[in-house]
Amino acid sequence: MLVQEYLYGYLAISIALFVIGMIGVLTRKNAIIVFMCVELMLNAVNLFLVTFSRYYNDPAGSMFVFFVMCVAAAEAVVGLAIIIALFRNKQDIDINNFNLFKW
Amino acid sequence: MVETVLFWVLAVLSIATALAVITNRNPMYSVLLLVVNFFCIGGLYLTLNAEFIAVIQIIVYAGAIMVLFLFVVMLLNLGSEKSLEPAFDAKKGLAFLLGLAFLAEMLVAMKDFSAIGSAKETFEYGKVEKIGLQLMTQYVYPFEMISVILLVALIGALMIAKKYN
Repeated sequence: MLVQEYLYGYLAISIALFVIGMIGVLTRKNAIIVFMCVELMLNAVNLFLVTFSRYYNDPAGSMFVFFVMCVAAAEAVVGLAIIIALFRNKQDIDINNFNLFKW
Repeated sequence: MVETVLFWVLAVLSIATALAVITNRNPMYSVLLLVVNFFCIGGLYLTLNAEFIAVIQIIVYAGAIMVLFLFVVMLLNLGSEKSLEPAFDAKKGLAFLLGLAFLAEMLVAMKDFSAIGSAKETFEYGKVEKIGLQLMTQYVYPFEMISVILLVALIGALMIAKKYN
């Protein structure tokens, strides 16, 4: 029974992945990489949910992960369309160049 | 025994590929490493007996979403990022500080957490049959909403990426 012994191991992995994704979002300048780091953070949270769902033997957690994945697919499609539209306007996807709303 | 070895291999591999994703300068390598990372997370779901979620992870994430990313990276044909070269500045330091603060916060939260009860030995947990039954009974309303969300995302993405003259 793996989850019994390694509950904290699974939680540590998912926290580590979340922190790595967060640092990536804050440090990288390429919009695609930033977006990929957001996906990484989503996956970390999914792993957390599945771990507890398995531990308490309650399938509600894995149902939630299923719906999160569906919304993530929709979000990825729209996000990449926005990145393509940005690239079409400025020939660049460096997020520091998109400061129209900054004052 | 096999499971334990699998867990450690997947744990180390997933952390290593995640680190490689955020440190790699070439977006193409980052996408491919993220695919490996998603496969590792799929493997971790398998060790948690969540077969259905593992399959969805491989098909939807490692398959569909990452292919989309790969297409966009190829379409935009970006060079390597040069701004990664100055190894350290104030903004990056702040980012690492925030990451460490979050990590500390999680550790404090975990310190007071004690797992109540214990996991039962069960082979029923992640069965596709069980999940499908729940999807069509208890969760049928969100399930139908998901199809609307996917349709809206499809139309929205078409409208955003369209070329306006």
